[in-house]
Amino acid sequence: MRFMVMVKADENSEAGVMPNEQLLREMGEYNEEMVKAGVMLAGEGLHPSSKGARVKFSGNERSVVDGPFAEAKELIAGYWLIQVKSLDEAIEWVKRCPNPMEGESEIEIRQVFEAEDFGDEFTPELREQENRIREQAEANQQ
Amino acid sequence: MAPDAHGAIDAVWRIESARLIAGLARIVRDVGLAEDLAQDALVAALEQWPESGVPESPGAWLMATAKHRAVDRLRHKQMAERKQEEIGRELELEQQRAEPDLDAEIDDDIGDDLLSLIFTACHPLLSPEARVALTLRLIGALTTPEIARAFLVPEATVAQRIVRAKRTLAEAQVPIEVPRGSDRDPRLASVLAVVYVIFNEGYSATAGDDWLRPALCEDALRLGRILAGLAPEEPEVHGLAALMEIQASRSRARTGPSGEPILLLDQDRGRWDYVLIDRGLAALQRAEALGGALGPYALQAAIAACHARARTPEETDWDRMAGLYGALAQIAPSPVVELNRAVAVSMAFGPAAGLELVDALTSEPSLDGYHLLPSVRGDLLARLSRLDEARAEFERAVSLTDNERERTLLLERAAGCA
Repeated sequence: MRFMVMVKADENSEAGVMPNEQLLREMGEYNEEMVKAGVMLAGEGLHPSSKGARVKFSGNERSVVDGPFAEAKELIAGYWLIQVKSLDEAIEWVKRCPNPMEGESEIEIRQVFEAEDFGDEFTPELREQENRIREQAEANQQ
Repeated sequence: MAPDAHGAIDAVWRIESARLIAGLARIVRDVGLAEDLAQDALVAALEQWPESGVPESPGAWLMATAKHRAVDRLRHKQMAERKQEEIGRELELEQQRAEPDLDAEIDDDIGDDLLSLIFTACHPLLSPEARVALTLRLIGALTTPEIARAFLVPEATVAQRIVRAKRTLAEAQVPIEVPRGSDRDPRLASVLAVVYVIFNEGYSATAGDDWLRPALCEDALRLGRILAGLAPEEPEVHGLAALMEIQASRSRARTGPSGEPILLLDQDRGRWDYVLIDRGLAALQRAEALGGALGPYALQAAIAACHARARTPEETDWDRMAGLYGALAQIAPSPVVELNRAVAVSMAFGPAAGLELVDALTSEPSLDGYHLLPSVRGDLLARLSRLDEARAEFERAVSLTDNERERTLLLERAAGCA
């Protein structure tokens, strides 16, 4: 199963302060360990929210809000996609991560949906509908 | 400690056990004994951690505990005196070293130890089934019941295989090492074959199977990725990793709503997993960058990559694929490869060119009764407007398959040739 492991932002990361050399090195070693264990599928650091935007939906309306956004601790500064056997294993890997920020920080672990997780909700009809939509989208692209 | 301590210990075991067993195997020079010692350490963890909490360096804790057990066992067991002394001395020496260094020390040797363990578990002296079971158990950290359920065999059978395999290795005094020289290539081929067998077993799982079966794909992928880290200089290691990543990328798209198989060209490419495709293409690039002629895994990966790169079936680079199948037919000739080559050639250069290759296969005894041969031949004949012959081939294909869906499809094609 796969987990999205998200590093929460803090004031420094939101201010665009880069990690110090020691943290970069430790993070590099940690990444290498996960790669060598065949666990890490992908992972990236994210720019501060000042370089991002939000699209807000209200019924059929869409409005765009440019960053930065308040509540740094609710924002994401980076992520990994890992493939492990259980949430426990994901937790165990995350516990081995160097503290990504100076002082207090938090890493959130969320399981990624797999096709079979949709179970009965994802009925054959829905699947077919999804396929039709995809086909339509592809036809439009040509 | 939290009530789910056992989950945490399981997780530590999953992460640490292969390195632990590998490190111990180097010291005690016996895979079976190494695993027993590691299990002893696990039992100790299960006893102590729920009270004390998981130690900060769980891997080092397990290793230190296992080494203590090793000394205890060696003292109490009737072993050949010299061997005991020798190993006992080595162990005590290791224990005398400062504990904080243990982690670093383990890390230093760990790559070689782990690779040695993998080569040993896949030793050609063992039966193919035993290699698979031992590899999943020692490196994949699967339990015997898990392996049994995944392979749909009784637990006792798997347990027997593992016990016998360990005994065989001990009796033959197989050195636990990374083979060098002329031995290396065939031994590596054995390792890669074991990993690919595990992958294919998972890939052949069908809806309704125990989830442990499809999970074998993930186990194999993990093994392949570990190998790529341990032997990055071997192009075929990257080739196999690439092949598995790309094949796994299609797993969501290869069955329809009611579980029926969907052929590659009919698959919804929006359901392919592009994280895995990117990983597969990167691994293939590493194999190619190492230079030299591509081996069978890298070639198959390159063929799979032709599909993976094409956003629609029409964009497929059939020309390149025909060439890759040609290269594969040179180093790993088989009638099935040849049939696939014929299909690629027909897509690249037209049905007549493909038919020529297929016709050469009609007398191939190993394809006798293989429904895809008349099925492909029928398709090529139909494209050449030789409809009577095409219909006869489709009808022959129908008579050779029990798969209802395929029969329906083939009957439709036969009817279309009127």
